[in-house]
Amino acid sequence: MLKIRNLESGYGKLRVLKKISMHVDAGEIVTLIGANGAGKTTLLSTIAGLSRASGGDIVLFDQNLKSSAPQEIVKAGCSLVPEGRQVFATMRVEDNLILGGYVQYQRSKGYCQSAELAAIYDIFPVLKERRDQLAGTLSGGEQQMLAMGRALMAGPKLIMMDEPSTGLAPLIVRDIFQIILHLREAGNTVLLVEQNAKSALAIADRGYVLETGKIILQGPAADLLGNTDVQRAYLGRDVDAATATCDI
Amino acid sequence: MTLELFSQYIFAGITYGIIYAIVAIGFNIIYNTTGIINFAQGEFVMLGGMTAISFNHYLPLPLAIICAVLVTMLIGALIEIAFIRWLESPSVLRMIIITIGLSIIIREMALHVWGDSVRALPYFSGNVVSSITIMGASISPQVLWVLAVCSLMVILLSLFFKFTSLGKEMQACAANRLAATLCGINAKNMVTFSFMLSAALGAVAGCVVSPITSSQYDMGTGLAIKGFTVAVLGGLGNSMAAVAAGLLLGIIEAFSIAVGFPLAFQDAIAISLLLLILFVRPHGLFGNKEAARLKEF
Repeated sequence: MLKIRNLESGYGKLRVLKKISMHVDAGEIVTLIGANGAGKTTLLSTIAGLSRASGGDIVLFDQNLKSSAPQEIVKAGCSLVPEGRQVFATMRVEDNLILGGYVQYQRSKGYCQSAELAAIYDIFPVLKERRDQLAGTLSGGEQQMLAMGRALMAGPKLIMMDEPSTGLAPLIVRDIFQIILHLREAGNTVLLVEQNAKSALAIADRGYVLETGKIILQGPAADLLGNTDVQRAYLGRDVDAATATCDI
Repeated sequence: MTLELFSQYIFAGITYGIIYAIVAIGFNIIYNTTGIINFAQGEFVMLGGMTAISFNHYLPLPLAIICAVLVTMLIGALIEIAFIRWLESPSVLRMIIITIGLSIIIREMALHVWGDSVRALPYFSGNVVSSITIMGASISPQVLWVLAVCSLMVILLSLFFKFTSLGKEMQACAANRLAATLCGINAKNMVTFSFMLSAALGAVAGCVVSPITSSQYDMGTGLAIKGFTVAVLGGLGNSMAAVAAGLLLGIIEAFSIAVGFPLAFQDAIAISLLLLILFVRPHGLFGNKEAARLKEF
């Protein structure tokens, strides 16, 4: 579905992404893990068109999106849930969701807003309870759900999520990951960027490990979870101690 | 002070106040979508009045006003497309300086086109001497036109932002430009549209006050300062607060004459008020302190 070849991007003279190649197939959850500053967010914002790629290709289905404007990319079916939620804080929850459906009601007159809203409220019942509240008054977890719901309103073929677990209580993080699993079951394709590597790999089908702008490891999520380098670097596990006592 | 005199001053204050409010709302619309103060806002008022006067030589008054508003909207759009749109992540200061430059250029061009003579649109109904008595005050019918048209604009504008999808999209750009882009909204077009909307507001205000205050090529500067004061007084970006602040400034000005304050110093009131508010309450009378702190400017 999404194919990225030799993608290069950066800010000014600073090259952040160095010839990245990866792909996401339909119906998958693919996770991208890596430390701070590895280029995870840059990769997502380059795909979303917020940063300009200086080389390589981004192909969604058969459409090359490398030099498209962000709104064209959303129209093509690729939505980003940005880092830090970025809800429209001064607007009502329902208006946030309606704006998420902007490309859909631009696209066709037959677009049924109430049906789309109902579908989102099915996934996130809490948003229905709070639909008349201002988005800025929601809790962090609710704002994250709102940001996800808003992205889903665009009817994306691929939904990209940047650090959905940041700053949330562990219980809420578990809910968010359950919802991502649920989205996949409903036929969505997810590209998930996470620092919380353990939870991300636990729900993902495949994973990529990004380090200083390069992909250094890739494979099925289960393999990455078992990989000693990944365990040491990203899962915070003391591998030598673990092998000695064989627990955890 | 007699009741008649009191209501006379109140009406005078409200008339000017609501004009200031309309100019301030023009500032706010552009401020909300771009974060900049468009110092050419006063020039939109001037352009609206002056083009309407020119069109009125050939067209009936209502048609002349509509054409003038459309022409000013077009100029607003052209300004944005030519000078703002292509800038790659410009700093707020740079854009503000561009608008100051534009206001000077527009003013000088207006001087070449129309000269420095003082002109005015005819009264919409009645004439210079006709008056209506309300609560003991003698009011020109044009004052009622100003109040009605400006109130109508404020109401239509708030309905526009509340109920139309275009209004909500503009609001979304104001609330969070990145998120609006990620919803597929073309934020650049929304900025163009906000310039057109501010230009239209300014032009309508320029037309309705023209019979009372007359129009001249340099009328924009004074109005821009008053409008800016009102926008800051109410809290930048808050249009309903601008209406309240505008009426407040208008009434203060009117009563300053009543208490014997020299007319020549009337403009100094707005400037002193602006300085005072910037020193003691930079987020405005009705603004939110936390929100103001988050803004970059």
